[in-house]
This record gives sequence, structure tokens and C-alpha cells, in this order.
Amino acid sequence: MTSHHLISNAQTGASAARPAPVAAPGLIHWARQNLFDGIYNTIFTVLCCALLIATVPDLFRWAIWDAAWTSTNGADACKATTGACWAVVQEKYRLMLFGTYPYEQHWRGALVVLILGGMSIVSGFRVFWTKWLLIAWGGAWVAIFVLQLGGVFGLVSTPTHLWGGLPLTLLIFFGTVIGGLPVAILLALGRQSNLPIIKALCIGFVEMVRGVPLVTVLFMAALIFPLFVPESMTPDKFVRALIGMLMFFAAYAADIFRGGLQAIPRGQYEAAEALGLPYWQKTTRIILPQTLRIVLPALMNDIIRAFKNTTFIAIIGLFDILGATKSALEDPIWVSYGTEAYLFVIALYFVVCFSMSKYSVSLERDLNKGNVR
Amino acid sequence: MTYSHAKTTDESLPRRKPPKTQGLSLNGFWNDQRFRNFAAQAIVIAVVIGFFVYIIGNAQRALSDQGIKTGFGFLMDSAGFAIGESLIPFSASDSFLRAYGVGILNTLKVSFAAIILASIIGVLLGVARLSRNVMLNRFASTYVEVFRNTPQLLQIVFWYMLAVQLPGPKQAFNFGDIAFLSNRGLALPGPGEGSGFGFAVIGLVLAAVGVVFWRHHLEKRLRQTGNKANGLPVSIAIMVIVPVVIWTVFGSPSQIEVPALRGFNIRGGLQLSPEFLALFLGLSLYIAAFIAEIVRAGIASVNQGQIEAATAMGIKKADVLWRVVLPQAMRVIVPPTTAQYVSLLKNSSLGVMIGYPELFNLNNTILTASGNTVEAIIIMMAIYLSLTTTIAVIMNWYNRSVQLKER
Repeated sequence: MTSHHLISNAQTGASAARPAPVAAPGLIHWARQNLFDGIYNTIFTVLCCALLIATVPDLFRWAIWDAAWTSTNGADACKATTGACWAVVQEKYRLMLFGTYPYEQHWRGALVVLILGGMSIVSGFRVFWTKWLLIAWGGAWVAIFVLQLGGVFGLVSTPTHLWGGLPLTLLIFFGTVIGGLPVAILLALGRQSNLPIIKALCIGFVEMVRGVPLVTVLFMAALIFPLFVPESMTPDKFVRALIGMLMFFAAYAADIFRGGLQAIPRGQYEAAEALGLPYWQKTTRIILPQTLRIVLPALMNDIIRAFKNTTFIAIIGLFDILGATKSALEDPIWVSYGTEAYLFVIALYFVVCFSMSKYSVSLERDLNKGNVR
Repeated sequence: MTYSHAKTTDESLPRRKPPKTQGLSLNGFWNDQRFRNFAAQAIVIAVVIGFFVYIIGNAQRALSDQGIKTGFGFLMDSAGFAIGESLIPFSASDSFLRAYGVGILNTLKVSFAAIILASIIGVLLGVARLSRNVMLNRFASTYVEVFRNTPQLLQIVFWYMLAVQLPGPKQAFNFGDIAFLSNRGLALPGPGEGSGFGFAVIGLVLAAVGVVFWRHHLEKRLRQTGNKANGLPVSIAIMVIVPVVIWTVFGSPSQIEVPALRGFNIRGGLQLSPEFLALFLGLSLYIAAFIAEIVRAGIASVNQGQIEAATAMGIKKADVLWRVVLPQAMRVIVPPTTAQYVSLLKNSSLGVMIGYPELFNLNNTILTASGNTVEAIIIMMAIYLSLTTTIAVIMNWYNRSVQLKER
């Protein structure tokens, strides 16, 4: 339509009624709109199709059609096929999931995983965010420590050096986040403080830890720290690894909290001071509740990263799910089927991290409802 | 009423003295804010100093009990171990100091290569995520979700598993007789041993600097005169001519060597070990997913009105992208990308899991071989801190140049 028509129509006011757009115009129309819209899009579509045709059938044949799902006599079935050897997972899953934990006691580890997973899912629903949830978590932790440590109620004692696999991964993760958040808040507050020495110490700690790899922090905590304190005072390896993970997480989370604290308008501080609230009341009742809301999305990203970072403890010789898988693959029969075993572990991590990131997006949208017009 | 009342109070009130600044009095001094501040800090610093004195005292006792030497003199001693791969010649009789050099170079080698690949893949995926083409879009978002939501260490271990399970040199994947992929790694055409290839690299860097200046000059002329010149032919010429000239000046030291199967192994050319390949892929493919998200968010952050305005002014489509969208998107993209580069460099320490001789891995070897635990750790921490700071400083400098220039 040229400008001439527009003007004349506007002047006469005699524009003819246009037909309504066709709803649901069908698959071909959709494809033309989204896939073959212009020369470049057509090229990209063809390239994508070519890539899919080149990979998907081979992948399907390897992973499903030709795969050996079970193997009765050693790895014979795997040797006989060119496909994937999922039998390695079926053969080794107990070792991969529970590591060095005594075989007969694996049900206790499984129960710990179920409690932690179940409680986490329940905690995801905001209708349950009451004080009863906190009480339930308290009870859950008592149950978890009784199950995991044993030594009471007729359970066999299993000290921390026997822990391994998925329960160990989850306990390190929960310990890191639950212990790290208060430290992070204190570090962030210290950084905002007007006490010069405390401020300098907090800045120094945060920047130092953020400037070096997590592996070095863990290495210091797990292998070097024992050199510095007498043997009687050295905590066990699990606790040392946890402290290292916690410090690293806290340093990163502290920076997120600092951003949140800076985003609170000055007037909120001043109003609280004008009411005569002492420092800790002002901080815990006025400032932190507002900060938490601001930092939640960024914090969720950091928590997801903390979960992925639990694999690092395998480097300092703990048998988390990666360490346990590595040691399971030392079996000469299965040594050459590491790819399949690691794919299984990767899939496990993916399910958890993907759900967490999807949840964080929905939570962010939920918390932001008040700001959407 | 209220007005007069207020007025009378105002007049009847005697003028108050300014509050006296309180001196430190012993009477109830613990209620004095300044005393509290002072005491809190004194306690904190006493605890921190006490902690360090305690652990250092313990460490010295423990170290002397075990007969471990202290001091940095060990750096000149001969290392007594060999290193699998190194950019500079290294043998067991070389010093620990040189071993540190090897570690730093290996860390920089893998990080630098991975940063380049991660940036390229990340930008491509980020743009693909914004495409209207549903297939391309889904492809990119699947990549991002898969790589972002699985641990980097697992990815590295997985790539290493794949790399060592490749067929042996005799059955190697052959790419047109010039590149070979086997369980000994990837062999590419490259400079042979002891060639003057380094000069060509220096030439390439010089040429890149020259191109930057040339483009800067063109940009300035465009601003002054409005004459737009196509700078591409000259840029390409600089990039080709300078390295070639430098290479010839130094007597064209070596021709490119093509790897070939000799005996039981593939020799010659540029050999990349499986450890390097796994770490390189693990670092770059993981960070690429994050860069893709950053690029997508950066481009999406540019106001649609900017694009419409530019189009309405009749600016060409390519110029809308290069001169309107990208300069504005870069402001959002650069700061978080810096953090990703720093993270990539730090995570190159994961090479320890698969035995790539980077800084952290070599430091462990040095620490065991020399026995100078404390010194080795101080050196390693100092190197990592300075490397990450250097990246941050360079990127901050670049960031300042892309930020909005306000008058």
C-alpha cells in the first residue's frame, strides 16, 4: 500500500474493512514463516537438518539400538557390540552411587538421598514456607546424621571417611550452602561496615579467594591445613573439604550480597536509624529482608554452581560421585567403558541442575509479580 | 490556631546549645559507640594475628621435625623430574624456577586457546539464540542448557575418556593426509622442531596491532570528513604481508611440516596431546555456553527503537548491526565476559585431574620433589592472583573504551 492510498483513505474515511487474519494457518504456513523465511534462514534450516541426519541415526544406533544393556559374563556382551555399554552402569551403580560406604548399609545412604531430595522438593513450593518447614528440616537433619553416621539405635558406626557417592555429594552441597550463606552475609556486611580494620579484612578475604582457583582453596584446606595444626586438633577430611568449599562459596556469594546491599535505597537505612533501631535490628529486620529478594536470582545461579563444584572434591581424594565412578572404573574388566559411566553421572547432574535453574526462573518471575504492570 | 501556637512555641523556646561532643569517660564507657567500635576491631585483629602466629608456629615446628627446608633458595636447585609437554625445553636437570615457567606457559597456552574458541562459539550461539529460525534457535538453546547444567570437571574427564579411547596411531582418523586424530592426540601441520616459527608469530601480533591503528585512522577520517573507505583490503594486506616479510627476513627458517605415520607413532608437525585436547574442549565448550547467554542478553538489551530509528534513517542493514546495535550491546557484554575469562583461566587448574602439566599440577610435583610446601603454595597463589588480575585489568581497560562516552 503506498502512501497515496493511506492519505486518501484517511481523508475520505472510506477504508474498506480488511478480512480477519487466518488463525492456525497450518504446518506448511508455520514452516514457511519460521524456517524458510528468506534465503539465510533457508540455508540455516538445511544445514541444521543435514547435521541432524548426520548425527541422530548414528547416535541412536550407538546409544539404544546396538547398546548392551546387560552383560552376564563380565563385559562379554559389551565386547560383542559396537554400541554403548550401559551394562557398566548396571554392574557398577552401587559403587558409583555410594562409594566406599559399607555395602550392607547402602539403604541408609539411599534413605539420606531420599530425605534430602524429598525435603528439597517440598521446600520448593511457597505454600509450605512456614515455620513448620524449618521444624521439619531440623528433624530431617537429625535423621540424616543418625542414618549417615550410625553408632546409635543399633546401626553400625560409619565414620565420615567411609562416606561416599551421592550422599557425600549432597551433604557437601547442603553443608556448603547452609554454612556458606551466613558467612557470606557477614562478609558482605563487613565490607559495608565503617570499621576500617574489619572492612579491610573482609575485602582482603573475598578478593583473595576469588582470585585463585577453587582447587587451590580445597588443596589448602584438605592437604596443607593439617600441616599447620597439631594432629589432635585436625578435623577429619570431610570437614576440611567442607570448610574449603564453604569459604569459596561464601566469597562469591558475599559479592552478590554486596550488590544487593548497595541496591537498597539510602532512605531505608536512614529511616531505620531515625527510629532508633540498633545496628543488628536495623540489619536483620529492615535491610536483609529486602536484600534477599533482590539477590535471589543471582544467588540461585551461585547455588547451582556450588552443586556442580561438588565434583572438585574428587581431586583431593574424596569419593564423591565422580571419585567413586573413577574408582569403580579401575576394575580391569570395565576400564574401557568409562564414557558410558560418565555419561550416566553427567545425566544425573543435568537433571538436578536443570530443574534448579528452571525453578529459579519461575521463582524470579513469582517474586517480580509486584513490579509487572 | 495551630499557626499561632507554633509561632509562640518557637519564640518562647530558649536557644539550645549545640550538643557537647562526649569525651571518653570511664563511667559506662562500654556504652560509648566509639569504644565499642574500637574494642570490636581490637578483638578481631587480636584473633586474626593470634591465629596466624599459632599456625605458623605450628608449621615451623612440624616442618623442622620433618626436616623440611624453608626459604626460596630451592628455586635454583635442579628439579629432578621430567615434564610431559612444554613450550620451552625442559629436562630433569633444569631448575624448579624453570619448571614454574613451564607451568605458567602451559596454563597460558590452554587458557588462551580456549578463550578464543569459547568466544567464537559463544558469539555464534548467542546470535543463533536470537534467530527467528526455530531450528537454529532450539539447537543453540539445547547446547546452552546441556553444557551449562553439567559440571565442568565431569565434562573434562568425559572428553579425556573419549580422547584416550580413540584408535591407535596406525588406525588414526586421517583428515586428507595432513591431520591425524588418534589416542596420542591430534597432529596438525605446523612448524617443525627448532624452526623460526616464533618470528612469524611476532609478525602476526605486530600486524594485528597495525590493523587496529589503520582502522582507528579510518574511523577518525570518517568522523572528520564523512568519507567512508573500505578498510578490508588494506587490513588483509597488512595481516599477510607483515608476517611473511618478517619470516623471509629471518631467512624463511622452515617450511610447514606435515605430520606422518613413522614407525609406531605419528611424528612431525604440531602435536596436541590428548590431555591438552580434553582440557581445551572442556574449558572452551563450557564457557561458550555462558558467553552465549551473555551475548544474547547483551544484544536483546539494545532498545528496539534504536534499530527502528536507524532503519528509518536509511542506514544499511550491516551498518545497523555494526554501528548501532553492537556498540551498545558491548557495554552490557564486556563486564560479565571478563568474569568468564577469569573463571576459565582459574579452571584450567582442573588439568590436574587428567594429568595436563599446568601450573597447579606442576606445583604439586614441585612441592613433593622439593619439600618446600609453604613456599611453593605462596608462589602458586601469587602467580594465579597476578594472572587473574592481569586479565581483569586488560578487560577493564577495554571496557572503558566501549563504555558510553558522556560529555
